[in-house]
Amino acid sequence: MHVDVISLEADTYRSIISLASSDMRVGIGLPNTLDAADGDMLLSWARRADDGPFTSVGVFDRLVYHGTDPLATLAACAGVTEEVRLATSIVAGPLRSDALLAKKAATVDSISDGRLTLGLALGARREDYEEAGASFNDRGRRFSRQLHRLREIWEGDDIGPEPVQEGGPELLIGGQSDPTFQRVGRYGDGYIHGGGPPRAFERQAEKARAAWQESGRPGEPALWGHGYFALGEEAAELGRAYLLDYYEFTGPFAERIAEGLLTTPQEVLQFVRGYEDAGCDELILFPTVADMSQYDRLERILKNEWR
Amino acid sequence: MEVTRVKIAVVGGGPAGLYASLLLKKEYPSWDISVYERDPADNTYGWGVVFSDATLSNLREADHETHERLTDTFVRWDPIDIFYEDEHIRCGGHTFAGIMRSDLLAILQDRCRDLGVEMHHETTIEEPTELADEVDLLIGADGLNSVVRDAYEERFQPRIETGSAKFAWFGTEKPFDVFTFIFRENEHGLWRIHAYPGTKSTFIVECTEETWTNADMDELGETEALAYFEDLFDDHLAGYDLLAKLYSWRNFPVVNCRRWSIEDRVVLLGDAVHTAHYSIGSGTKLAMEDAIALLEGFREHGQDVDAALNWYEKERRPRVEALQAAADRSQQYFENVERYWDLPPQQFAYNLLTRSGRISYDSLKMRDVSYADGFDRWFQRYQYTPGDGTPAESLPIAANQPLHQPLKLRDLTISNRIAITEQPTSSSDDGMPSSTYLEALIERGSRGPGLLLTDPVAVSPEGRITSGTPGIYTDEHVDAWAEAIESITASADISIGIHLVHAGRRGAMRDRHHGLDRPLPNTQAWELLAPSAIPYTPGGHVPREMDDEDLEAVRMAYSAATERAVEAGFDMVQLHAGHGYLLSSYLSPLSNERDDVYGGSLENRMRYPLEIFDQVRSVWPDERPVGVTLQSTDWNLNGFKTYEAQEVGAALKSHGCDLLSLVAGQATIRERPKYDPTVLADFTESFRNELDIPVLATNYVTTYDEVNTLVGAGRADLCTFTPLPE
Ligand SMILES: Cc1cc2nc3c(=O)[nH]c(=O)nc-3n(C[C@H](O)[C@H](O)[C@H](O)COP(=O)(O)OP(=O)(O)OC[C@H]3O[C@@H](n4cnc5c(N)ncnc54)[C@H](O)[C@@H]3O)c2cc1C
Repeated sequence: MHVDVISLEADTYRSIISLASSDMRVGIGLPNTLDAADGDMLLSWARRADDGPFTSVGVFDRLVYHGTDPLATLAACAGVTEEVRLATSIVAGPLRSDALLAKKAATVDSISDGRLTLGLALGARREDYEEAGASFNDRGRRFSRQLHRLREIWEGDDIGPEPVQEGGPELLIGGQSDPTFQRVGRYGDGYIHGGGPPRAFERQAEKARAAWQESGRPGEPALWGHGYFALGEEAAELGRAYLLDYYEFTGPFAERIAEGLLTTPQEVLQFVRGYEDAGCDELILFPTVADMSQYDRLERILKNEWR
Repeated sequence: MEVTRVKIAVVGGGPAGLYASLLLKKEYPSWDISVYERDPADNTYGWGVVFSDATLSNLREADHETHERLTDTFVRWDPIDIFYEDEHIRCGGHTFAGIMRSDLLAILQDRCRDLGVEMHHETTIEEPTELADEVDLLIGADGLNSVVRDAYEERFQPRIETGSAKFAWFGTEKPFDVFTFIFRENEHGLWRIHAYPGTKSTFIVECTEETWTNADMDELGETEALAYFEDLFDDHLAGYDLLAKLYSWRNFPVVNCRRWSIEDRVVLLGDAVHTAHYSIGSGTKLAMEDAIALLEGFREHGQDVDAALNWYEKERRPRVEALQAAADRSQQYFENVERYWDLPPQQFAYNLLTRSGRISYDSLKMRDVSYADGFDRWFQRYQYTPGDGTPAESLPIAANQPLHQPLKLRDLTISNRIAITEQPTSSSDDGMPSSTYLEALIERGSRGPGLLLTDPVAVSPEGRITSGTPGIYTDEHVDAWAEAIESITASADISIGIHLVHAGRRGAMRDRHHGLDRPLPNTQAWELLAPSAIPYTPGGHVPREMDDEDLEAVRMAYSAATERAVEAGFDMVQLHAGHGYLLSSYLSPLSNERDDVYGGSLENRMRYPLEIFDQVRSVWPDERPVGVTLQSTDWNLNGFKTYEAQEVGAALKSHGCDLLSLVAGQATIRERPKYDPTVLADFTESFRNELDIPVLATNYVTTYDEVNTLVGAGRADLCTFTPLPE
């Protein structure tokens, strides 16, 4: 990876990634779309994550649902953490105005001292668009323009604050379609996958790498994945029900997601190893049950069993 | 919906319908299952069916009795025979099994009867919606032209694409004891035969529409058509007749559906919901596996029909789509066999065997090591022409893989088939390659590729992509390049090429660290040149429309850069005519709106790039090759098209171009690129075999197996290679 000497300082994070590219990092999702999670719980997850073994905390975005706003949540997390990356997985970009999104993201990046990883995608839910007063049908086109604008704003002088990371927060793009990969190659710093078994990730990651190479970008795209866990039998039931509900609008796909729920230590390890083998840089595991004991269980597995 | 006694109607008594019925009835004896089939029970329409995997272990688990009867009835064979005219090539290790369709149906019907499925033969369903109202679940297993699918078209949203080739299905008593492909050319065109074993052999004839018309097949009656093929293939048929049932010619329809079921009412199975080209012999297996998945959906979800149907689709769709992708590649192959007809027979066969992407160099080694080793020996002798070019008499005993075979372009011998090319870099200063840049180049050279190609190097200051693009427009530049070349070639047998570029309107951009095509601030930008005054990005720097003087100046810049490249000691020059840089911006109507001899028709649009090519060729030493990186499509409806690129490729070849490398897109920022990993490989392959010119494949290749397969099968001559991270 080619790194300008001048940008090295602000860019240490990214260059560290590329030096250790075969060691995958694991982050933990916050329960920010789970009913039972209150502000206290969100912040204590974040606080604990800051002490490792997790390297990032992730949040989801869904407007017409009970759940907290992703960037506001991360801003609060920024205040109680020092080390951990703050990642959105993902924010539906075109739901928001370019300038407001740029400012919010730059704010989180600046008050967290450059720890924001901004995962953006289209978001598939029509009702979210309706409620946000944003048009649904041209959202793909608007998304591309938005990505272009975000960089312009972050690098320009008009709309502050200036992000700490050079060129703006690390920008990951999610989705499955060909235009997604074009956006990764053209505007992004990497790709964030929407969940599924390691093999599914591997296929999409390959497309991201190919798009990156075809676009003539230097280095490699950052590749992020995510998965869901609910450890223990009782939790597994609840977790499955949550996923079927959360993804209900996708039909058969909801089944597929629910089936991928990681419910035993063995499954977690298999999944983590699979992602690591597939070349993932950072994998965020999201809870599906809002209970601190879920955090404990996952932490124990990763501390004791992995590596 | 929760019910205990489910009432199911099945439209279609083919493999999918019968198998689904018997599996469900076996699991849930209380259910009421009726099959409606248009044909009589003992209909013998159809010839043999092939299963490309003889074990069918999932069928064994689903219903032991059916599996046992099927496998008792199977004929089995391993090899594939390929006849390229009279040349015979055999490759073993492919486990096939075959059964007559009528035998298969008889076994399934018996089993249905034993289990208590009600079968209504000679009953055509005209109004599936009425039937659906009477039952809890309607299963549409009524094949290709499904009436169930049609009745709910707006819900299933089927997409049907018809193949371009014509085919007809025959049988014969002549025993074909293994899978046999026959390719034969006569005055009407090139004919392909797929023949395979069975109680009677199946004999499928296939050809292009053109061949079909040339042979007057639209005019000939059944007897005349049969006589035509009996005569054309009399050496293979050995006097046996060809037989036809319902003689007809068809085009293969590929069926896909957006949805496979409707709430808890209707579900499609088998050919009704998806088809896969017959050349990979999987339609029947797919249909039967659908039935198994449907059963598993019910097992998983009790009698929650809706959940069971979702489960079925979720389970099956990815598997079916993977197979359809392979089938599609195989279909593409058979529709375009003419393109490969000039390959040597051994390579023709190798390309055929590896056509679908499921079988590679390594897997052929596993399946039939003597065939695969023999191919290596053949390839080495074919490629390696020692001394004055006469092939060695005998086959080499220690042959290398195709990857390690040298490639000769003019007098340059490239020692192996791996090329390292580099993306545009940005660490030079006023064209002067920085020391870190040169060190990186030397390091790449030390890794032993056959060809090391620089990243795009500017022929002039205003031709730089970013301010850090390396150049070769001053004598100091030459010295820097010469030093690097010397240090690389001192320790390795490697050819080094320089990739010359003029960025045109895509110049004066920021480096690509944070994204593509972000123009430099005005204070740092320089004046850009282009065929027309249209900026590359909306709001970007507007280039100057090139006048006669500019045309001449850029021509001279290329000329001088080429002379300097000779001086520096490069082995090869590669001109960049893709990705929206200057030369490709002449090719593309999106950036070229000139009304002089350089704009308008394709002939005009390619004029300037060809002039540059001629200029470079005339100053570059005769014995060294010149290649071109050519745009193969703009990925834009109004842009430069692949068929145009083929014409440009042909013109370049006739002007003395030695190597083509195909790239796509980036002509403007408005594009709809495809990132299917096979797209660029397909372009590359088609240019090579249509134009008969060596090609460098730039698709994302990560294993030696892929390199060996591409080079061995004649789809590429050099490959860029990116090893997977360890
Ligand atoms: C040239 C060719 C070669 C092939 N070779 C092979 C091969 O080697 N191996 C392989 O696995 N597959 C092969 N196939 C594919 C195979 O024939 C099908 O994929 C498979 O039969 C699909 O099974 P199905 O039950 O879904 O449909 P079908 O077998 O088509 O069965 C549908 C049934 O529904 C009935 N039907 C249709 N409409 C109605 C109606 N309105 N009312 C009542 N009944 C109706 C039909 O009469 C038929 O019996 C080949 C296909 C072709 C065209």
